Amino acid sequence: MVLEAPTLAVPAEPRPAATPAALVGGQKSCRDVTQDICAPLERRPTGLWWAAFLGAATLLAIGVASVWYQIATGIGTWGLNRTVGWGFDITNFVFWVGIGHAGTLISAVLLLFRQKWRTSINRSAEAMTIFAVICAGLYPVIHMGRPWLAYWVFPYPNFRGPLWVNWRSALLWDVFAIGTYFTISLVFWYVGLIPDLATLRDRARGLRRRIFGVLSFGWDGSARTWSRYEMACVLLASLATPLVVSVHSVVSTDFATSVVPGWHTTVLPPYFVIGAVFSGFAMVLMLMLIARKVMSFEHYITPAHIQAMCKILVFTGSIVGLAYATELFTAWYSGSPYEQFAFANRIRGPMGWSYAIMVLCNVVAPQLLWSRRVRGSLGMVFLITILVNVGMWFERFVIIATSLQRDYLPSAWSGYTPTMVEVGALIGGFGLFFTLFLLFCRFLPMISMFEIKAVVAEAQHHGHDAKGEEPR
Amino acid sequence: MNQRIHVGVFRDEASLLSAIAESQERGVRIVDAYSPYPIHGIDARLGIRRSRLTIVCFLGCLTGLAVGLGFQYWSSAVSWPVNVGGKPFDSLPAFVPVGFELTVLCGGLSTAFVLLMRSRLWPGKSSRAVEGVTDDCFALAIARKDASLPAAELPALLERHGAVEVRLEGGS
Repeated sequence: MVLEAPTLAVPAEPRPAATPAALVGGQKSCRDVTQDICAPLERRPTGLWWAAFLGAATLLAIGVASVWYQIATGIGTWGLNRTVGWGFDITNFVFWVGIGHAGTLISAVLLLFRQKWRTSINRSAEAMTIFAVICAGLYPVIHMGRPWLAYWVFPYPNFRGPLWVNWRSALLWDVFAIGTYFTISLVFWYVGLIPDLATLRDRARGLRRRIFGVLSFGWDGSARTWSRYEMACVLLASLATPLVVSVHSVVSTDFATSVVPGWHTTVLPPYFVIGAVFSGFAMVLMLMLIARKVMSFEHYITPAHIQAMCKILVFTGSIVGLAYATELFTAWYSGSPYEQFAFANRIRGPMGWSYAIMVLCNVVAPQLLWSRRVRGSLGMVFLITILVNVGMWFERFVIIATSLQRDYLPSAWSGYTPTMVEVGALIGGFGLFFTLFLLFCRFLPMISMFEIKAVVAEAQHHGHDAKGEEPR
Repeated sequence: MNQRIHVGVFRDEASLLSAIAESQERGVRIVDAYSPYPIHGIDARLGIRRSRLTIVCFLGCLTGLAVGLGFQYWSSAVSWPVNVGGKPFDSLPAFVPVGFELTVLCGGLSTAFVLLMRSRLWPGKSSRAVEGVTDDCFALAIARKDASLPAAELPALLERHGAVEVRLEGGS
């Protein structure tokens, strides 16, 4: 199915044999790999990097100012009201958690499936996961209104009984799901970084050498350590795989365990998980398209990778479309007037435009990727990834705002208009994400050097005539 | 027994593997091999046993699950039972998500911790890596098992397989 990436090449070229060679362009040696990937870290940042960093930092500053004002003044600075109690904040939370999912999918699930094409993108995809989860975690804390009391969500011994948290609440499950997800992603990412940090250490001098020396844990590339290390990676991947499915399922129970029409459905957990993978892959692809240009990694992030990710996008996008259709069918078939009204209101109510954006961006736009010509055009692919991200943000907005807006009691119906403070907090999320990502590109190797070296070595062993180890 | 270790640096994987093969044939003790990436199948050649991290991971998961479910039961049914919407105090199905998350958390953390501990890796440990081995070089450290082999044989063996550099290190 969609995961047969390595056999796919640029349309114009003859189809190469299924060796990992297609995944690393040019005739690269181990030394070239080290040189190419370390080079951007060892020279001064380019003007383009500074421009991007200042742009991202400006967005972050807007976010910090908005959130600062909101915390100092109160939640009343938001456009929420007694009917619509969740708005931009929780939309942003769900959106960012979803973005993170592709990172774990690429690093863990594709490792277990032995998809060699993941090696060029897994490091940055995992970094993206960590930054996205940081962004996600901030919104519920801000939403609390009194973020200095955020530690109340943890079950800690206290002098009020001790009074424990309510383990039956989906919101508490979120705390544990997001906390575990962040911790395990961070550990997996850092363990993966150790050998490459050692490479940086051995190339550096002075202070840099000392810093990387501390960070690389004294790694020496011993065969015994490698053996254990590979086992640990497989184990962490095996743990991360069910974890990633659980995280967005738990997030969906925030909605699914309530009685609000449009939320109270059993399809929500798989619907959320596939949406998360879809939006996350769009974000990874977008970042990779930028990175390969800005960091000149064209030889490492090849058309074969882009093709593979496009296929995953069209596959998951179609499932998302199926989920939307299922939801409509269930509402109609349920016979419940409230359920039917909720969906009619989504499509034709006052915020019907957001439903239209959602369907156009998430269901229609990715279908263009069936065409080989579209998949080959980087500009088109880039545009589609942006559309998908916009669409997936709106999906969460539609689910949250339009469902709350009009539920059982018409006298309680109301509208929802976000204020500038909420828009500022949304912008700040993107600012934080891109600021962290740009710092990561600047200070840590974006591509896993040791994994690329293993792929290169394997390609050399099998030669270009042989079929090599057929990636499934 | 104070033993001297000869470290040969190779330019490619094949030379390292052939040097390992000859060392084993001639009864030379292989201290360790070093490479910039994990070499496929080198564990079997060096007789490295399959890592027992799986057991650690399993026990970590089990501990997490037990602690997670146990603590939820204790805090909501024993320590301070609170009636939440008339649900039973020991509402096991509602404890599953947190129980699962703690299973994964403890399993993952214990695996990573034991990996670092067993491999003697810790923050700030000074590296004794052979130069170039984190870039594109391969290294093999060998020593004599007993005096039956002439001492000069070891560097010669390494050089025969294309070692570009042979270093002598006093080890234990």
